[in-house]
Amino acid sequence: MNAPVHPKVLGRRAFLKVSALAGGGMAFAVRVPGALAADKAAAAAALSVWVSIAADNKIVITSKNPEIGQGIKTSLPMMVAEELDCDWSQVSVAQSDYNPKLYGRQFAGGSQSTPQNWLLMRQSGAAARAMLLAAAASKSALPAGELTTDKGWVLHKASGRKWSYGELAALAATMPAPDLAKVALKDAKTFRIIGKPTVGVDSAKVLRGEPLFGIDTRLPGMLHAVYETGPAHGGKLVKANLAAAKAAPGVVAVLQIAGTAVADGLVDGVAIVATNHWYAEQARDLLAAEWDTSASKGHSWSAYAAEAARLHETGTAADLRRDGDALAAIKAGTRQITQRYSYQFLSHAPLEPQNCTALFQDGKLELWAPTQNPGAGADAIERNLGIPQASQTIHITRNGGGFGRRLMGDFMLQAAAIAKALPGKPIKLLWNRTEDLQRDYFRPGGWHNLRAGIDGQGRLVGLADHFVTVGQGGKPGRSAGMRDSQFPAGLVPNLLYVQNVIPSIIPTGPMRAPESNAMAFVMNGFLDEVAEMAGRDLPSLVLELCAGDRVVGDRGDPMRASGAFTTTRARGVVERVLADCNWADRPKSGNRRLGFGFYFCHLGYFAEVADVSVVDGVAKVHKVWVAADVGRQIVNPFGAESQVRGSVIDGIAEALHHQITFTDGAIDQKNFDSYALPRISATPEISISWVLSDYPPSGLGEPALPPVLPAVTNAISAATGKRIRDLPAKL
Amino acid sequence: MAELKTFAISVNGKARSVTAPPTMPLLWVLRDELGLSGVKFGCGAGLCGACTIHVDGAPTRSCQLTVGDLGKSKVTTLEGLNDGLAEKLRKAWLEIDVMQCGYCQAGQIMSAHALLRENAKPSEAEVDAAMEGNICRCATYPKIRAAIRSASGQKATTDGGAA
Repeated sequence: MNAPVHPKVLGRRAFLKVSALAGGGMAFAVRVPGALAADKAAAAAALSVWVSIAADNKIVITSKNPEIGQGIKTSLPMMVAEELDCDWSQVSVAQSDYNPKLYGRQFAGGSQSTPQNWLLMRQSGAAARAMLLAAAASKSALPAGELTTDKGWVLHKASGRKWSYGELAALAATMPAPDLAKVALKDAKTFRIIGKPTVGVDSAKVLRGEPLFGIDTRLPGMLHAVYETGPAHGGKLVKANLAAAKAAPGVVAVLQIAGTAVADGLVDGVAIVATNHWYAEQARDLLAAEWDTSASKGHSWSAYAAEAARLHETGTAADLRRDGDALAAIKAGTRQITQRYSYQFLSHAPLEPQNCTALFQDGKLELWAPTQNPGAGADAIERNLGIPQASQTIHITRNGGGFGRRLMGDFMLQAAAIAKALPGKPIKLLWNRTEDLQRDYFRPGGWHNLRAGIDGQGRLVGLADHFVTVGQGGKPGRSAGMRDSQFPAGLVPNLLYVQNVIPSIIPTGPMRAPESNAMAFVMNGFLDEVAEMAGRDLPSLVLELCAGDRVVGDRGDPMRASGAFTTTRARGVVERVLADCNWADRPKSGNRRLGFGFYFCHLGYFAEVADVSVVDGVAKVHKVWVAADVGRQIVNPFGAESQVRGSVIDGIAEALHHQITFTDGAIDQKNFDSYALPRISATPEISISWVLSDYPPSGLGEPALPPVLPAVTNAISAATGKRIRDLPAKL
Repeated sequence: MAELKTFAISVNGKARSVTAPPTMPLLWVLRDELGLSGVKFGCGAGLCGACTIHVDGAPTRSCQLTVGDLGKSKVTTLEGLNDGLAEKLRKAWLEIDVMQCGYCQAGQIMSAHALLRENAKPSEAEVDAAMEGNICRCATYPKIRAAIRSASGQKATTDGGAA
């Protein structure tokens, strides 16, 4: 209950398979069947670890999950190497292809890799170590109890004899495999790899410009494709001058591709295939394409905002959650407050634009894809192009940023569609920046009408939120919903969450800390106002809501990343950040102020305080204090700190700058001038405190981001006296 | 589009021959004609710095310079940046593992190299000014600052604040 993911993982029986390697080594695989029943494709082997130890002492650990900059290709192998007790310099890491039958889920999202693999990776290494010890005991006829290991060697200290793992590996492969659940794990105090700042396994190669990213794929005879789509989402191609584009320099083929009218299908488009990306890009204008954009009419940001306001006034909303009688409790309170909050659509904008290389030959498809979720592409290709997954080979490349964008399979589907039409020719599809910004599955905007009441002691007695979102058929779009466990649900006795859905054709999808990245702002912003009305401050209100040692909101489903909420851990980070920033002595007037935010998601507890000044209508963030509880162990401090700092800077830009708007289905922003990503000069000082707690380690790709948004906007509100209720903040 | 021409250009110290229209940006000459992956495509509009190369040593956005305008100037990409300063930068980058996804890092190194060649001990403000054109979507900026200071023999912290 305290840590929803782990008991389920531990409860399943893990299998260890060991085999001899040609040339005298050992290979072992650990598989845990049926990990996540919801994921049918991978149900046969949902978690696995693959390691080989060669006679020459080289150890190869296979990384099955995509690397998107979250550092998983380094941190998961560190866990294996620690318990194997080898030297980190012996280890190399190989990226596996997509093969869910062998590897189980291969996915980078939801900050799940660390919590789901923490125990299994270590057990796997420890099991192999036990077999190496058994092999040494057998070979030397010494009691196993007299043998120890150290950095890739089995030692017999009494006699000074020692054997390298490489020389023992072949014999170890014949030893009985231990029961994984019983294999002894190291005391964390003796860790030599876990917890040490460790350089990414590919960092040196990146710094030499080696071709690691999807866009760097280069095959003999490869051609370059662009996929021209309509100016607005939902556009249908009326006509295009394919011949004119075909006649352009460097162009090899021009293909009209019909959209498929299914969810996550192909969109209407024209593929231009050339010998160089630039030739294909230049030929777009020659298409003089005409589009029917009638279906997009009215799908404008301003129209959605007006509809949300109307729904807040008059709409009949559907219940999401009803605890007690919130409206009556608010009314019965001594003071009441009602305010509307909103936030913008956002684009993921990874720096490597979407791309994928595909080769279709003899009925088989081979893909080289920078993807967080190869299965999404494989599935879309099977459904839309009829190429069975068994006939697809997917090589997972390094990703030039993910942020959730590459969880979708659209770019893989497009590349496959072009390649299928040109058998035998390797095709690299590459989007330009404008397409990458505009053809996104956006972080959806949303609107909230919040009401609260306090009693005579300034306590929050009732909270109501009327949420208006976007979607289809009365249901929120992808990542456009609001969990019924949304903070502070479960902490307020009388609470009401209701919802309306505006029909929308604008695609939406998960973006770094989905839902949380918006809701942390809404709830911490509104509660800051409630606290102000009560003559207190937000941290004291949050501490009061989180009083006592309670576990709230566990739905028992490991896929719901924001499940159980432990009030003790929440208070731990709040109290820590208040001490770190000397909150009690903060300035109470003037244009430079502190703001606070707290949020729990993806199993991580984060409290953050921002020091912000406002001069001439411009906000400057000077410093951010972060207090984080992600369990008892930071696996790789290099990666962990980078994730926190990156999340903070990303979140500040979401609060202050980024915005996607649209007019009749056409996205208004075109490049990094109108969608301005943060640059180095805006970087504040960021201080991190790890609040270690006795829970298994959890992931850091996402949970540090949400609380910085309200920390910044609450500081601005204090500095200017003008409450920020809409993102991006207008000062 | 202009007619194809054959250009003799110098890339990473080697003479290369490229047949392309003069209007083709160097970015696509280097990536698609010559197969150099150390120059990255990010925006195509000179806004992100991912495609930064050196042209006669000066940091240049290769998406904004055409092969026809290159003339006799010498091109260096990350693959060809191997002097002492470059290795010092790589070492400083690895000591604190600056990168996250790593996609922008080629451009970051090219800009940092150009800065330190002109200004051996830049102030914090000078580092920011020189690196302002290179977007890092993962926001590794605190570590970029620290690595440049460390490579220039100055005290550095990785929290993004003053050393």
